[in-house]
Amino acid sequence: MRTIRAAAAATLAISIAAGVTGCGGGTSSSGGSNDSPKTLTYWASNQGPSIEADKKILTPELKKFEEQTGIKVKLEVVPWADLLNRILAATTSGQGPDVLNIGNTWSASLQATGALLPWDKANFDAIGGRDRFVDSAVASAGAEGKDPSAVPLYSLAYALYYNKKSFAEAGIAGPPATWDELVEDGKKLSKNGKWGLGAEGSNLSINIHQTFVLAQQHGADFFDAAGKPTFTSDGAVAAVKQYIDLMAKDKIIAPGNAEYAQNQSLTDFAKGKTAMVLWQAAASTFASQGMKPEDWGAAPVPVASGTPGQGKNINSMVAGINMAVFKNTKNIDGAKKFVKFMTSDAEQKLLNKTYGSIPPVKTAQADAAFSAPDLAVLRDTLAKSAAPLPQVPNESQFETAVGTAVKELWADAAAGRPVTTESVKARLEKAQQTMQQ
Amino acid sequence: MTATVTTDSRTEKSDRVTSRGTGGARRRLPRIPDRIRQGGLPYLLLLPAVLLELLIHVIPMIIGIVMSFRRLTQFFIGNWGAAPWTGLDNYKIAVDFNAPIGEALLHSFFVTCVFTFFAVGLAWLFGVTAAIMLQENFRGRGFLRAIFLVPYALPVYAAVITWAFMFQRDNGLVNHVLHDQLGLTDQPSFWLIGDNSIYALIVVSVWKGWPFAFLIVMAGLQNIPRELYEASAIDGAGIWQQIRKITLPSLRPVNQVLVLVLFLWTFNDFNTPYVLFGKAAPSSADLISIHIYQSSFVTWNFGTGSAMSVLLLLFLLVVTAVYLLITSRGRKGADA
Amino acid sequence: MPSHAQPAALSRAAGSRSRSRSPMAAPQSFLWTRRIILAFLTAFVLLPVYVMISSSLKPLQDVSGKFHWIPSGLTVKPYLDIWDTVPLARYFVNSLLVAGSATVLSVIIAVFSAYAVSRYKFRGKRVFTVTVLSTQMFPGILFLLPLFLIFVNIGNSTGIALYGSRGGLILTYLTFSLPFSIWMLIGYFDSIPRDLDEAALVDGCGPLGALFRVVVPAAVPGIVAVAVYAFMTAWGEVLFASVMTNDTTRTLAVGLQGYATQNDVYWNQVMAASLVVSVPIVGGFLLLQRYLVAGLTAGAVK
Repeated sequence: MRTIRAAAAATLAISIAAGVTGCGGGTSSSGGSNDSPKTLTYWASNQGPSIEADKKILTPELKKFEEQTGIKVKLEVVPWADLLNRILAATTSGQGPDVLNIGNTWSASLQATGALLPWDKANFDAIGGRDRFVDSAVASAGAEGKDPSAVPLYSLAYALYYNKKSFAEAGIAGPPATWDELVEDGKKLSKNGKWGLGAEGSNLSINIHQTFVLAQQHGADFFDAAGKPTFTSDGAVAAVKQYIDLMAKDKIIAPGNAEYAQNQSLTDFAKGKTAMVLWQAAASTFASQGMKPEDWGAAPVPVASGTPGQGKNINSMVAGINMAVFKNTKNIDGAKKFVKFMTSDAEQKLLNKTYGSIPPVKTAQADAAFSAPDLAVLRDTLAKSAAPLPQVPNESQFETAVGTAVKELWADAAAGRPVTTESVKARLEKAQQTMQQ
Repeated sequence: MTATVTTDSRTEKSDRVTSRGTGGARRRLPRIPDRIRQGGLPYLLLLPAVLLELLIHVIPMIIGIVMSFRRLTQFFIGNWGAAPWTGLDNYKIAVDFNAPIGEALLHSFFVTCVFTFFAVGLAWLFGVTAAIMLQENFRGRGFLRAIFLVPYALPVYAAVITWAFMFQRDNGLVNHVLHDQLGLTDQPSFWLIGDNSIYALIVVSVWKGWPFAFLIVMAGLQNIPRELYEASAIDGAGIWQQIRKITLPSLRPVNQVLVLVLFLWTFNDFNTPYVLFGKAAPSSADLISIHIYQSSFVTWNFGTGSAMSVLLLLFLLVVTAVYLLITSRGRKGADA
Repeated sequence: MPSHAQPAALSRAAGSRSRSRSPMAAPQSFLWTRRIILAFLTAFVLLPVYVMISSSLKPLQDVSGKFHWIPSGLTVKPYLDIWDTVPLARYFVNSLLVAGSATVLSVIIAVFSAYAVSRYKFRGKRVFTVTVLSTQMFPGILFLLPLFLIFVNIGNSTGIALYGSRGGLILTYLTFSLPFSIWMLIGYFDSIPRDLDEAALVDGCGPLGALFRVVVPAAVPGIVAVAVYAFMTAWGEVLFASVMTNDTTRTLAVGLQGYATQNDVYWNQVMAASLVVSVPIVGGFLLLQRYLVAGLTAGAVK
């Protein structure tokens, strides 16, 4: 008993100390050191068809980097399912990689933790200057008015993918440019067990991406300038309703899509069950589903005016992967060198080509490979008519709250329950109330 | 009836062991080292378990409780020490049932209670029934026994993702059978979203959980003395009577522990709903574990998430205490 | 003392134990009930297994199509592809190492603790049993992050790398199964007549000698059940493994998620991989179930 008591007392003391002092978190204001200049740890996100494929793609490049600089990069490809939690644990404990990929929608949240190296002018200059990158991509790397928390690495945008054969059969000449046209075409396509458009109703992120863009088109934002949620503005409600109405009123989305969350809409598309789908860079998935490149086409996502642009003519969020450096790295110079290497023209061309994404580096975009018809759509969208999701620290909360609200509305629509402006507003109202801080 | 016998004989025996053990040793060994040996040994035997439980459970738990009194959001997770103390604010948010967060938590709590009741009840029922049916030897018994343990051997992720696959509205096996083949529904139902999702969750949970009940009851059946059956057979009792009069009462102590642990696991189960529904479970199947995960890991508000966990823990402690009190008293009452 | 009476209960003091209920022939009503119930349970258990097998044999484009009882266009390609999509073999070895070590340690520690509680009277016994049970209630989400933090701090101050290592995961998992294992073994040990270990003590065995020569052999079914439980607890855990492992130490439970990537979900490969990794486990069960059931009669009970 004495032993137990002694042990208990000792451990209690340790634990209280740990609780109070916070167990040495990840923030050191110094901004890294150069204590171990010969190695780097890099967490890559899963961009290719599989984790093993990513390793095969990246390893030769890391070898090149080692030859150039003598720095050995230890690579770990982290699956998306684990990445955010791993980053969270790393941030909390200060025990993480030197360099890592982050989804660009996480930028502001991670920026708020103070664990990532801010990319001020000096840091940007060390990798060739901020001007090298497409503006919208840099804007998706952190809150406005603050130094970005990461550097754009791979960029993506939404496009409208359509099945050429289905379109020809229905006597439709080309892809729709406005939502009215899309609904009209969709109605022509939705018959005999086939449907006009596919959606991923239970995928919270995609719900957010689409409603965000539609809200922009209605002149609404989900957050005001001060970062306060404004989910229930008329524009936001109308945007969400317009999206759900594609199933509820226009009946061009199959009810079953309400439960999709594992890219089943792409499978349906590849099988010819649906004729259109809104997606980011779906080419490789179509190929793996057995679809030939000539079977499908890509077009800009519709806007009311028919001509994508800024303001109400935004037709995509800026999707992409950014590269960040942990502030407490022991090889700060090496980390910057590595970011410079990965954002160099040569690597940008090679990696983005392999992954089917668009380089956020202007000079690399000029490469002919990114002028293929489908990629040109993505490239032009990024350059002209894409806007970053709200860069607020509680972005993930927003994604969960509004994404779930939209998911529930899909479920309503699929079950045949009426979706009205009031019911949409009520869901969004509830979502807004769960937002704290 | 049998339980009393055991409990009593056990106490009596353990007394005897202690006294006789000491006495027996005293004959051979000097008294003082012997006392040290007797006194220290049990603690020494418990030491590894105690240390590990402290390290992995108790201390992290205490830190978790400390977290629940702080405002631990993404602004502070990099440096916990700087997170401001908020007193009971996190708890107030969690139990303010008129505000959406509290309301959602309460809803989720009720959903979890309903889910746990059915999931545990069915898992237990299946486990006990199967174990009793396999008590007697017959051809194919070993084979069935192994088959029944299959759900237990499959990795959780694989098993649940397969069920999710089967529950798909348009292409899944469940609707293929219910709608296409049996024609029980007018149109295919949704199982993974909307109101039906709680049924899907219960089915998967039972499928995954009942083999454990089966395993434990099967082990428990081994300990029923054969004489009891022989005696009752001589008295002319049939097999149904034997099950009712001997098997089930004898399983009571096993059941008492089994139901309790099944309850605790099911109530805290995270893997099943997470793999089945992802980060946002449908409202009708919004289990509290997912809810807390969402509040802490998805929205990075560990203060509130911890407060919710602590409330959950308190609830489980109370339920367990009451359960043990009632079942033990019930046992004594029945025995008397 | 209600809480203390429980462990006692798991089994019965017994002079002799039975493998089967009675030599008497069972009536038809019972036989039919048994057939129906067992058929139902077998179907319930095997239905997903059938779906897994048939899906694992389809090409990717066919997997997510409409379900049919009789699959067509079968291929074994998924079984060849699984090894290249994720490092399945490594995950499998990791899982075996982690679950295996956690099981062995958990059983040994539980045997010691249960023996102490079952055979000795000492102060703090009730506190111990109640505390151990209550750790079973701790929601994992509450202590995941603090535990990670503790592991990192131990690593920083002592150099013992527990985070990201198999060691850390083994320690974590063994404590997950420990509480219930201890409780269950207390019950088993209580049911073993004390005369036996007393005899061993008189014969000059130390208390540990009595434990390992008499009590443990007599409690084999209980120990096997506990071991199976401990193994499966570690085998299937997802939440902690997702945060506490890295590429080299990742276990199957989380590693299987690697078949679902951002744009593609390789349904056929998930199913194929799950089946491949489960075969050895089911095989292990088949071997063990004999001990589970028969072990006791072979013990030194008589």
